[in-house]
Amino acid sequence: MWELLFPAVLNGILLGGVYALVALGLTLIYGVLHIVNFAHGTLLMIGMFMVWLLAAKMGIDPYLALPVVTLAMGALGWALYTGLIGPVSRGEDKMLLLATLGVSILFDNGMMVAFSGDTRSIETAHSFSTVDIGPALVPVTKLVSFGFAVVVAGALWAFIALTETGRAIRAVAKEADGARLMGIRPARMYAVAFAVGTACTGAAACLLLPSFYVNPGVGNVFILIAFTIVVLGGMGSFVGAAFGALLVGVIESLGGLFLGESLGPILVPLTFIAVLLFRPNGLFGRS
Amino acid sequence: MKIAGIVALVAIALAPFLSTSQAVANMALLAALAVAGGQAWNIAGGFGGMMSFGHVAFFGVGAYTTAILQTRYGVNPWLTLPIAGAIAAAVGFIISWCCSRAGLQGSYFALVTLAIAEAFRILANSLDFTRGGLGISLDLNLAASNFQFSDKRVFYAVALIVALAATLVCWWITRSRFGARLIAIRENPDAARALGVDVSLTRAGALALSGAVTALTGVIYAQVFLYIDPNIAFGVWRSVDMMLVALVGGSGTIVGPIIGGLVLHLLSEGSRELIDIPGFAPALYGIVLLLIIGLLPGGFARLRHA
Amino acid sequence: MVKLNRRQFVATGAAVLASPGILRAEQAPIKFGLVHPVSGALSFSGSQCRLGGVLAIKHINDAGGIKALGGAKIDALLGDAQSRPEVGASVVEQMAEQKVVGFTGSYSSAISLATTQAAAKYDIPFCLDGPTAQLITERGLRNTFRFFPTNATLVDDALRSLDALNKSAGSPAKTAILVHEDGEFGTNTAKLLSSKLPGINIEVRELIAHATPTRDFSNIALRIKAAAPDMVIITNYTNEYVLLNRTLVQQKVNLVAVFSVSGAGFNLKFVKDQPTIASGIIDFNNWYNPKDSRSAKFRAEIETKGEPFTWEALHGYFAVRLLADAIERAGSTDKNKVIAALETSTFSDHFMPYGPTKFVAGQNQGARMVALQAQDGDIKVIAPAEFAEAKAIFPRHPLK
Repeated sequence: MWELLFPAVLNGILLGGVYALVALGLTLIYGVLHIVNFAHGTLLMIGMFMVWLLAAKMGIDPYLALPVVTLAMGALGWALYTGLIGPVSRGEDKMLLLATLGVSILFDNGMMVAFSGDTRSIETAHSFSTVDIGPALVPVTKLVSFGFAVVVAGALWAFIALTETGRAIRAVAKEADGARLMGIRPARMYAVAFAVGTACTGAAACLLLPSFYVNPGVGNVFILIAFTIVVLGGMGSFVGAAFGALLVGVIESLGGLFLGESLGPILVPLTFIAVLLFRPNGLFGRS
Repeated sequence: MKIAGIVALVAIALAPFLSTSQAVANMALLAALAVAGGQAWNIAGGFGGMMSFGHVAFFGVGAYTTAILQTRYGVNPWLTLPIAGAIAAAVGFIISWCCSRAGLQGSYFALVTLAIAEAFRILANSLDFTRGGLGISLDLNLAASNFQFSDKRVFYAVALIVALAATLVCWWITRSRFGARLIAIRENPDAARALGVDVSLTRAGALALSGAVTALTGVIYAQVFLYIDPNIAFGVWRSVDMMLVALVGGSGTIVGPIIGGLVLHLLSEGSRELIDIPGFAPALYGIVLLLIIGLLPGGFARLRHA
Repeated sequence: MVKLNRRQFVATGAAVLASPGILRAEQAPIKFGLVHPVSGALSFSGSQCRLGGVLAIKHINDAGGIKALGGAKIDALLGDAQSRPEVGASVVEQMAEQKVVGFTGSYSSAISLATTQAAAKYDIPFCLDGPTAQLITERGLRNTFRFFPTNATLVDDALRSLDALNKSAGSPAKTAILVHEDGEFGTNTAKLLSSKLPGINIEVRELIAHATPTRDFSNIALRIKAAAPDMVIITNYTNEYVLLNRTLVQQKVNLVAVFSVSGAGFNLKFVKDQPTIASGIIDFNNWYNPKDSRSAKFRAEIETKGEPFTWEALHGYFAVRLLADAIERAGSTDKNKVIAALETSTFSDHFMPYGPTKFVAGQNQGARMVALQAQDGDIKVIAPAEFAEAKAIFPRHPLK
């Protein structure tokens, strides 16, 4: 068992890289704007179907499809918020939560009707390439995901901290009425945040598909993990979420190793509950 | 107006007894369970403002309690009803108390309950005590003393009683001091605290009540279908269903979940009949939810005021 | 007297026979209820079962309907269990009131437990398609019949085939690790396998259980690599099947064979879309008898519907054929007579790799699965020898 510790930890870190990709978009939407986005997993699933269609029907490599899918998903996020979620919820917290839930039910089942429930996967040129790191064979796809997660985390941080739009979003998150007095339209900022967050899931989809599979239920597999990472990282901190993701990945990996792959998964919801009960500001949140 | 409404509801409730069709009885039974579940959710979520996304945890506790007590310890199924209710009440009390202590409310509370339900599912799936992923099968033993009936109308009667009990609890909430405290907490927890209300205790009581009633629906389900497994008992979609019944009908009202349960159940049955595209019916739920939130945020029950 | 020549006689005769109401009374159609999960998580497999069933009804109707009932046609009532047991049971109740004479269904064990029980209350015959849980026919419901194999015989037959494959290659497989999903199907099958593998001289190193869903198999692959068994034996569901095999290839775990028992993820789609991963995997599963010429025709007919052929379509097809055959034997749609006909049935007009049916407590004793292997982007039967259409690649080609 113990000789597997190093590879398990390494696996966990790489897994965390994948999780970070999924969670970073949610960090913006939930962490900064406190929109409990129940549709996050669903949007990831839609992104993955997009990537799959491009790969399986048009032969476009997922990595090459990145810019297209990211932009398309961003547009979808914008459209969803301005066209559906925003008007339906009128900006109220409780209603937003339910509106995203409605969207997720609608699209989960809609995609099921359109594509049927079977699992699809693809093989790409680098599906099986690996790199030796110590005793472990590390898949290239996971390394790329990890690297990209770092890039996305950095980009999001820069967006929020350094750009004017980012400052406007933060202003709205802190004090919507005050922001309005400054000429910022809260509804528009929510839409921007939602769009950017959804665009991130598009990127995540491209990086995830080569080593995973897609079916209408695939998003739900990640959703609780994504929320756990966001709160663990401290609601709104991208650096925190990135570290939180690595931690969750390692926890899950070690849990599987020591508790077995049946009971092991319980560590994720337990971590989530523990963080919320005992350290609600997460690892890196502001107190 | 109110009397006419009550008479209508009573008529609808009693109508299935007049039919000898088991299909009608089955539909009525599932509708009654939906109303009971929604009404139970309403106690904590509607009147208490504690929006729980993990209510299926109580359902599963009820279902597994009865299944384990019967198969492992030979306890009579009727007796498992109060036991399941008590255990679920305790679970609800503890969950709410811990959340109050940690200051978790609103969307945080919603997510924690989701995580707890998921943790329960994984536990049920990995422990020998619950027979893990194998699930538990109850022996077919049709006898009133064994809480199994060949005529589904009897099951419907039991479910109806539970739904009625849940409705009475909601009615009691609107009339009692406990209820007044609960509603005050929902509107403004800080003000309530300032007025001397024990927020933690009241909320815990509400979730305990809510959980107990939900567990009863779990026991009934197990008796009707005689097989449960971790997905049936703790699947997340059941939480969503319970919540939708209350929200669509009008959470925080007495009659809301009744309307919601009837509307949603009829919707799912009807759309299955009329529209032949598989999977369309559940997708319709999403559309209905969005429409309700957008056009009727208070649910059907508040239509008069809208 | 007008003498009709032969041609005119036949033509007149045909005209007389064709006019309704003259020589034969039109028989009212009889109803079959097909209850499957065609929406929700199990929609793909449920739809395939339904597809097979509908095709069977079409074949029977085209061939003249139920002859013992004067050529009565079958009306298909199609029900959606929405991947939930209680919905399946509701659908059964409704169809019972619409006077169906028999049911087929319902792909998954959990749903089938509910649907057969609902039908049992009305004592309507139910022919299962899909589930392998023994419990369904062991509960003592006299209306429930299963033409297809269960877990009970599955393991013994799988090991018999594995033994044959191993021996004819000089027994390169001496050790195995079992990976299974932690539900009823995986756990039970793995337990049975591990108790019987030593009997064919294969030592079981480890049993590794995993949850459904499992997102990552790197750790499990590492454990396997560290233990270095000759074989990995898998019993799990589609998504995890794909991920596990992909990880094994990625991590360059070299094995004599990957052997799955009733592998949900092993199908033509997998074999075609994932040739690198799938190539050489052996699955012990339901399939047709390739030596019967009707099999290829059936497969071609299913594939014109657009999807690759699956065993679920076979199940859906023969569940209906079994039911129809029983009604022919009974000469009536009376429930008791049909059930009695099923109990004594010797249905043999089929192209499954079994002989005539023989039911004991609702279970067809002769039902068997066969060993399949992914070869050249197709699935071929490789064992038992009497049904094999291709030579097994055992050991599998080493990974590059």
